[in-house]
Amino acid sequence: MANVIFTDQEDIVLEKTGYDDHFHDHHHGDKYQSNFIMHYIFSMDHKIIARQFLFTGIFWAIIGAAMSIIFRLQLGFPEESLGWLKPVLGKWIVMNEGVGTLAPEFYYALVTMHGTILVFFVLTAGLSGTFSNLLIPFQLGARDMASPFLNMLSYWFFFMAGVIMFYSLFLSTGPFSGGWTGYPPLSALPQASTGSQGGMTLWLISLTLFVVSVLLGGINYITTVLNLRTKGMSMWRMPLTIWAFFVTAILGLLSFPVLASGFFMLMFDRGLGTSFFLSEIYINGQALEMVGGSPILYQHLFWFLGHPEVYIIILPAMGLVSEVMAVHARKPIFGYKAMVYSILAIGFLSFIVWAHHMFMSGVNPFISNFFVVFTLIIAVPSAVKVFNWITTLYGGNLRLNTPMLFCIGFVSMFISGGLTGIFLGNSAIDIQMHDTYFVVAHFHIVMGIAAFFGMFAGIYHWFPRMFGRFMNESLGKLHFWGTMIGAYAIFWPMHYIGMAGVPRRYYSFETFDAFKHFGELNQFITVAAIIVFALQLLFVVNFIYSIFRGKKMTTRNPWGANTLEWTTPINPGHGNWPGKLPVVHRWAYDYGKDGEEFITQTTPLKEGEVAGDAH
Amino acid sequence: MKTLIILFIVLLLGVVLVQLGRVSELAAKIRGEEEVETQSNNRTALMCMVFLVAFLVFCVVSAYMYKNVMLGYGPHSAASEHGDSLDSLFNITLFFTGIVFVITHIYLFWFSYKYREDKSRVAYFFPHNTTLEVVWTVIPFFVLTFLVVRGLQVWNSVMPDVDPEEDYIEIEATGYQFAWDIRYPGADGKLGTKEYTRIGGINNLGQVWEDPKNIDDFQPAEIWLPKGKKVRVRITAKDVLHNFYLPHFRVKMDAVPGLPTYFIFTPKTTTEEYRQKLKEYPEWNTPYDIEDPEGPTRWEEFNYELACAELCGKGHYSMKRIVKIVEPDEYEEWLANQNSYFMQNIRGTEEDPYKGQILPIEIADRKKDFISSFETALDSKDDAEKILNLEYVFFETGSSVLKDISKYELDNVVTVLNEYKDVAIEIGGHTDSQGDDASNLSLSKKRAASVLDYLTSNGVSAERLQSVGYGETSPVETNDTAEGREKNRRTELKIKS
Repeated sequence: MANVIFTDQEDIVLEKTGYDDHFHDHHHGDKYQSNFIMHYIFSMDHKIIARQFLFTGIFWAIIGAAMSIIFRLQLGFPEESLGWLKPVLGKWIVMNEGVGTLAPEFYYALVTMHGTILVFFVLTAGLSGTFSNLLIPFQLGARDMASPFLNMLSYWFFFMAGVIMFYSLFLSTGPFSGGWTGYPPLSALPQASTGSQGGMTLWLISLTLFVVSVLLGGINYITTVLNLRTKGMSMWRMPLTIWAFFVTAILGLLSFPVLASGFFMLMFDRGLGTSFFLSEIYINGQALEMVGGSPILYQHLFWFLGHPEVYIIILPAMGLVSEVMAVHARKPIFGYKAMVYSILAIGFLSFIVWAHHMFMSGVNPFISNFFVVFTLIIAVPSAVKVFNWITTLYGGNLRLNTPMLFCIGFVSMFISGGLTGIFLGNSAIDIQMHDTYFVVAHFHIVMGIAAFFGMFAGIYHWFPRMFGRFMNESLGKLHFWGTMIGAYAIFWPMHYIGMAGVPRRYYSFETFDAFKHFGELNQFITVAAIIVFALQLLFVVNFIYSIFRGKKMTTRNPWGANTLEWTTPINPGHGNWPGKLPVVHRWAYDYGKDGEEFITQTTPLKEGEVAGDAH
Repeated sequence: MKTLIILFIVLLLGVVLVQLGRVSELAAKIRGEEEVETQSNNRTALMCMVFLVAFLVFCVVSAYMYKNVMLGYGPHSAASEHGDSLDSLFNITLFFTGIVFVITHIYLFWFSYKYREDKSRVAYFFPHNTTLEVVWTVIPFFVLTFLVVRGLQVWNSVMPDVDPEEDYIEIEATGYQFAWDIRYPGADGKLGTKEYTRIGGINNLGQVWEDPKNIDDFQPAEIWLPKGKKVRVRITAKDVLHNFYLPHFRVKMDAVPGLPTYFIFTPKTTTEEYRQKLKEYPEWNTPYDIEDPEGPTRWEEFNYELACAELCGKGHYSMKRIVKIVEPDEYEEWLANQNSYFMQNIRGTEEDPYKGQILPIEIADRKKDFISSFETALDSKDDAEKILNLEYVFFETGSSVLKDISKYELDNVVTVLNEYKDVAIEIGGHTDSQGDDASNLSLSKKRAASVLDYLTSNGVSAERLQSVGYGETSPVETNDTAEGREKNRRTELKIKS
């Protein structure tokens, strides 16, 4: 393969300037390419695995969002009959004189599954899995991940986790229904709730497999970033996407095992009669033997993952946004080093703030002092990032296409949702706000919508890289504006409901005079949710349609970007570059420098030129 | 059918949109992609400005519309003393974050509009600026420090446990699937101990009856608290996690099985005062029940509520209790009318460890009862009503020796006789019809005499006393049944003058 004649101008340049790692001297085409199963199913190629993560993520996003529509119908229109859902939900729709009502057990199962699916399967696997796999080797100038085999396993462990979770939806006792956090004793005692029977067992098995998937992926991402950067690609020349994925992987590697340990203890409590989390319980007419455990211990273990988890979700989105925004603003990201240090600071701080989820759970109030301080300190690097994004726009030459719009939308969402975090992180305000709709509004905006916007920016931007075609712009803009307006329409009013004190996870508000007077607002939210859901289906249609019929990519670097993934052929084969590897001479953000619109990372410094990254 | 039609329309709409998208792409090809791109870019930039203005207007207008449900505004003010400090912290935070929110959004969308693509220029190469970066790191740092300090001041004034020396009421709330049980300490002011293995049957909380502190504890259906008095709520759970949540009082704390938690607050607005405040707002003057427009208005029916705020299973949304804050004297009155859970439900059952014994609470009750019936008898004109049955005076079987527990009742007699110095009484002994008449008569005489002896030996002058034995001559019930005979064996007190 080494003496192939290149016809493409870019390839010829690369052949001259590139770095020969003798990759193509070995004959390993067969192993990866010849067989359909090895190529498309048990693929070890990062590009295929990225697409597998993306497709699976989209599948789960549709399921998870559809669930939210069903429970929003219950909240917005409690009087209306849901009988038309009976063919799908069966016994969970209770028919009474022709009026179908959602069973409360299943309402809670839907809420729980919505959270679990969106947090783990969509925003962790679907977001980080897709783009870490796609971009780490591409943007670093690597042939593939450090261990393609572990990478393949990472996807298939995720897949198995998904199969088991999906199966649990069809159990006669229903899927787990004790909230995505799975707090014991509710989750530990089968007699406490039908969802805590078989559904919880499968939930635990599924998420344990998911932890394995994250760990296999994470170790691979870290190793690849540390060892497989091409010649000239120093850490300080890496695009911010890679920095974000790198720190994300470290967070995952350090925090997911703690969750797994919590899960194992919970399994023991459920099956082996231990009492890690149980003490002095009387339930269903029976006093249990277990004494001495503490449900709060589980909360510590859970949130030791749970808090880094929200950064595992948002950091990749931040990385994607930083990169996409710089490309389409035709400007370097403002304060590159500050951005990197903020990512590192956020990553570090994310490990010492977990108990801010537990201010009101019975931990010693003195301890909360520390967690308040650390939590609010996180606002500083977050604020720096926001200011840097806004300043990146300043003086730019903005292409306001769909990926760029989603970046702008991301910043808006991150501001709105981040600012409410300052309320909730202050334990005194949390006394009233804890577990109300204010919290629901906060985290949906800051880690739900914002992370989705980062993901959409990434999908629209790198779609040509993945499929060799563009997504439809008109539908993309409709998708953006609809989602932007719709998402605020859903979550903004929830702040008001939360300030009125209405608790989250209520099947019905009718029992309480204090909570029942928001019927119209709840209807409004439900209608907005249905519209936004429909727009996401439109995105999926656009996505699938564009894979086959979208506008073709005719040049290698359609966006005029500096990073290495755009130096590969339009349909890159195994090993990404047909010949030598590109050599990097500068950072990724020389946009608009010295009057040039963009200077790719492979372009050597001109004589007397000061490197853009010298700051 | 309706569903099918809706589905069909939605599908059709989707197809139309996709086709429109495709057409726009084709049209762009025909008209020249670059020109179309520029046009679309300008349009989108304008859209950003429209969005900015509409969004900010939406924020302000919606906030104004819903100001009456917001913390610390309109009628939604805190009903506890610490609540206001929370609300004011909320508003301080809202002030700072509001400024940041508006400024950043204006810049974000204004820049998006202003710096839209212009093919004739190259973007300004502006990779960093140390001064700017330092400024916007330091400013948030100081603002956040201020908020942290304020926040921790409030937190550390609200959360510490009570000093045992302080004057406070302690009550207990126990969450279970799916309700709250409320326990008050009763007259001794102390909650009795609990043991979860004792829960079951009528012992709903697992109270340890051997602990005398439990005897006067009571479990009301509603939480009543006096205005202005510090309350420590001991929060526990029987089965899974719950959360004791009083939205109007800014009180919230998890209930954890095996780990009692607490929350301390001081109610400052009575239910009635809160209602008067709500009365000022038109939305509270609408009918409470929409079906009944003539019925009471919302403010008239207003009550504070206790809710659960930690997912606890399928009935999580229904764990309500009414909370009433009243003036201290009304509270005392309410308190006096509450009945001990033990005395009402446990006393005399298998679970009662004091079966056959007399409890201090009973002694006190009997004393109160005796004094009041004595006073009634004293005021009565009817001779029949001047006779009191000394219910709790007992003798050893077939003997005139007083049982020890009779002394409580006799001490009550001494007390009233000391109080009413000019009253003279007759002590009458009665028996049932078992055995021969003569010995019954003699036994009754001896028994009446031994009561008289007890009274004189306790300082009542013998001149005021007279003892009479009636034997079996005046039964109050039939002598054919054991219960009847028991009633007939009795000692009576007759007020003579």
